Amino acid sequence: MTVTTNGKVAAGRVTNRLLDLVPAAAAPQTRKEFTSDQEVRWCPGCGDYAILATVQGFLPELGIARENVVFISGIGCSSRFPYYLNTYGMHSIHGRAPAIATGLATSRPDLSVWVITGDGDSLSIGGNHLLHALRRNVNIKILMFNNRIYGLTKGQYSPTSEVGKITKSTPHGSLDRPYNPTSLTLGAEATFVARSVDSDRQHLTSVLRAAAEHPGAAFVEIFQNCNIFNDGAFDSLKDRDTRDDVTLRLEHGQPLAFGADSGKAVRRGADGGLEICAATDAGVLVHDAHAVDPSQQFALSRLTGDTHGVTPIGVFRDVDVPSYDEELNAQIERAQQRQGKGDLMSLIAGKETWTIA
Amino acid sequence: MSEQVREQVRERETRRLDRVVVRFAGDSGDGMQLTGEQFTSETAAFGNDLSTLPDFPAEIRAPAGTPAGVSGFQLHFSDHDIMTPGDAPDVLVAMNPAALKAYLKDLPPGADLIVNTDAFTGGNLKKAGYTADPLTDGTLDKYRVHKVPLTSMTINAVNAADGVAGAVNKKEAERAKNMFALGLMSWLYHRPTTGTEDFLRQKFAKRPEIATANIAAFRAGFNYGETTESFSVTYEVAPARMKAGHYRRVSGNLALSYGLVAAGELSGLPVFLGSYPITPASDILHELSKHKQFGVRTFQAEDEIAGIGAALGASFGGALGVTTTSGPGVALKSETIGLAVSLELPLLVIDIQRGGPSTGLPTKTEQADLLQAMFGRNGEAPVPIIAPRSPADCFDAAIEAARIATKYRTPVFLLSDGYLANGSEPWLLPLRESLPEFSVEFATAPNHDGPKGPEFWPYLRDPQTLARPWAIPGTPGLEHRIGGIEKADGSGNISYDPANHDRMVRLRQAKVDGIAADIPPLEVDDPSGSARVLVLGWGSTYGPITAGVRRVRAKGLQVAQAHLRHLNPFPANTGEVLRSYDRVLVPEMNLGQLRTLVRSEFLVDAIGYNQVRGMPFKAAELAGVLEDVINQ
Repeated sequence: MTVTTNGKVAAGRVTNRLLDLVPAAAAPQTRKEFTSDQEVRWCPGCGDYAILATVQGFLPELGIARENVVFISGIGCSSRFPYYLNTYGMHSIHGRAPAIATGLATSRPDLSVWVITGDGDSLSIGGNHLLHALRRNVNIKILMFNNRIYGLTKGQYSPTSEVGKITKSTPHGSLDRPYNPTSLTLGAEATFVARSVDSDRQHLTSVLRAAAEHPGAAFVEIFQNCNIFNDGAFDSLKDRDTRDDVTLRLEHGQPLAFGADSGKAVRRGADGGLEICAATDAGVLVHDAHAVDPSQQFALSRLTGDTHGVTPIGVFRDVDVPSYDEELNAQIERAQQRQGKGDLMSLIAGKETWTIA
Repeated sequence: MSEQVREQVRERETRRLDRVVVRFAGDSGDGMQLTGEQFTSETAAFGNDLSTLPDFPAEIRAPAGTPAGVSGFQLHFSDHDIMTPGDAPDVLVAMNPAALKAYLKDLPPGADLIVNTDAFTGGNLKKAGYTADPLTDGTLDKYRVHKVPLTSMTINAVNAADGVAGAVNKKEAERAKNMFALGLMSWLYHRPTTGTEDFLRQKFAKRPEIATANIAAFRAGFNYGETTESFSVTYEVAPARMKAGHYRRVSGNLALSYGLVAAGELSGLPVFLGSYPITPASDILHELSKHKQFGVRTFQAEDEIAGIGAALGASFGGALGVTTTSGPGVALKSETIGLAVSLELPLLVIDIQRGGPSTGLPTKTEQADLLQAMFGRNGEAPVPIIAPRSPADCFDAAIEAARIATKYRTPVFLLSDGYLANGSEPWLLPLRESLPEFSVEFATAPNHDGPKGPEFWPYLRDPQTLARPWAIPGTPGLEHRIGGIEKADGSGNISYDPANHDRMVRLRQAKVDGIAADIPPLEVDDPSGSARVLVLGWGSTYGPITAGVRRVRAKGLQVAQAHLRHLNPFPANTGEVLRSYDRVLVPEMNLGQLRTLVRSEFLVDAIGYNQVRGMPFKAAELAGVLEDVINQ
């Protein structure tokens, strides 16, 4: 039970000191209430459907009034997302959703503001805004659907596509080296960085819950399958037979172990990076998502299927520092306490006036 | 002082002038802006009407001693109301050879020239590009030259001041030379001096010895005037007869900032400024960031796009979203302005125009962004445009822009420029009750009967204004999604229907066009009623055009004057006004942008007078052009 600032009580809701500023729902809410009347228009089989279902199912857990939830998106397949949620929403322009959400979140602490974006939207055209929203620690939750391809423009390579990708715009193979979104955002000193998979509802829900519980900016990379232009990009992480061997599930305070019977683990290598070892070896690392120094979290982000045969999912980093919005609104409060609410006419008059009779 | 000198001082003539133009000029590090500002404060305190024009390089520290690094400040003050900072200086204070080199061409023969002879060294002359010393080679024969060893006298005065010796080094002592110059000018024009001394004490409160040094230099300059034989005349300019009331001096950017704070209070909305620093708009960000007690939120964004994006996000949440920039920043913001047009949310886009294209002339003025504001977006994306006419008018223009933005749920352009932004004038302070109230009402209830009961339609318009309801997040029952994709008229759902798109394009245009019924008609100043030529201006050219018109009328010629504050839409009677004159002259600091608009809108064969020199028009120049057109 949590008592919120407006006195309403919500049972078992997700909370933190910033979510406490958002009015609680009067009564428990359902997934249906968060579903809009608009027809969902993604390609059949798109990973976005699974993410939408998970988010719609998770939102009631927040226990906050539906009208105080806002989803802001950019441009791309994923950015149609807000239309399908019965909350307030804005489908904005390419790459700019974090900037728009920043203005909204900082001026309305009573809202829970979410950004929906894709790998092109947030890492290509909007790369700058993503990094700055994260390093400022604005209280917004950014869900980045990474399908490693441009879907809406029909199949060009994206900033997360692997080198050599054959697409319409790269018939001879793409030359760009891809971004690693978790490394990038940890490098920007994001206070919360996590990764999940579209089809793993339980895991995605747990990551969304952790993001919501984080008082500040949260970045969640969601591996999402584009079955039209990049089908199967994450199959190894989804295949029941292989996934345990190639997926490292990060849990704070737990040893970094994975594989069948948790037989494999991660330890510090001689070169300072991480290496895979047997779970019984000495020096197996324990995951610390709350460590202020991001070194080990960053090192974890460097583990990939291609380089180490394993991909970490879960919360890489979750560090509680004051958010930009809290600090900005505290400055306003302090100014008003010190100087009183501003008096317009004395501001205008200033200190040097003269009178003509 | 010898008896003979005392006698001369006593008998020195005081000449009454109706107006004076002075210019302070020196290296960018010489403190010329501060000197000019302080002389202006003394002048305002004395009760003259005044107008100022700072002129400084874009570089923070251009190579010292070169003409590129010269910083100037011009002040025009008078015993009557004046419209401009003056065409040409009556007095030039040149702190070094570069300042002389840069500005001598502006000085009419017979003008007073005060030069700091200490700075006329071989090295400085060379840096300024002089091959011979202009003080001795006859270059200055046409002027009344006052050779003053400003630097050395400043150092002597500072060293002699109590408690300064040892506490202030030579460089700091020398730096007070601008206060020596200010003291001399204050003496020459009988300016009150206590304000300056108070100002210096306050400014250097943390280092009282520096305050003492500067005050010593200031007094030494004043006393030097009193004792030197170089000046046979001093000047008096009587206070101006101005409308009764309380006044202060204000620059355009300051007035604009206050206008935004006022707009927040009048609308009842918290102001949110999203901005990225850019000359000459940054001062608005600096100013607003001081006023958190008014609930003003300022956000220095990572770029121009984020600045306007954050402002639009704040507007979505029910704030008065504002973004401030200059021409290059507007180019970056264009897509978001288009989004604001489509979302139909209030947003103020404040463009302090500067010389373009591209980086252009960052510190110089121009009004060449009119067509960018009018048309610089994809699709049919009409945006109302408002332009202030003087520094103090920036206050009222900002309030008007906010009134229109909130009432019609639209982005609004406010086009100021570098001349208004940095120039200053006396401002008759408004009374609280004279400011317009325009409190905003958010939607609180469903507005449509749907098949399953009451619904909220975000694009159901007010039949009068065509504005859509502004329902902010946090309002139960009105949850809705909006975006840049075309929406169905009324419901706001995504619609690709051809007929609906055509209707929505026309509705957005009609909404902006309809504002014409909500703004004052274009006023014409035509005292005789028999003028055949109309001069039409917009924005910051109001001062020079009015001064030019006065000159022409003083010669007995007839000319009518009209000045546009609203450029989109134009006031309803604009066509009628333009068509009632034989000829319409449109002076602009661009190549004819307003002229293009009025010609296409009203089929009036307007004549342009255009210059893009980075400087405002001169009154004499416009008077000449007007005479030519009248006599054609």
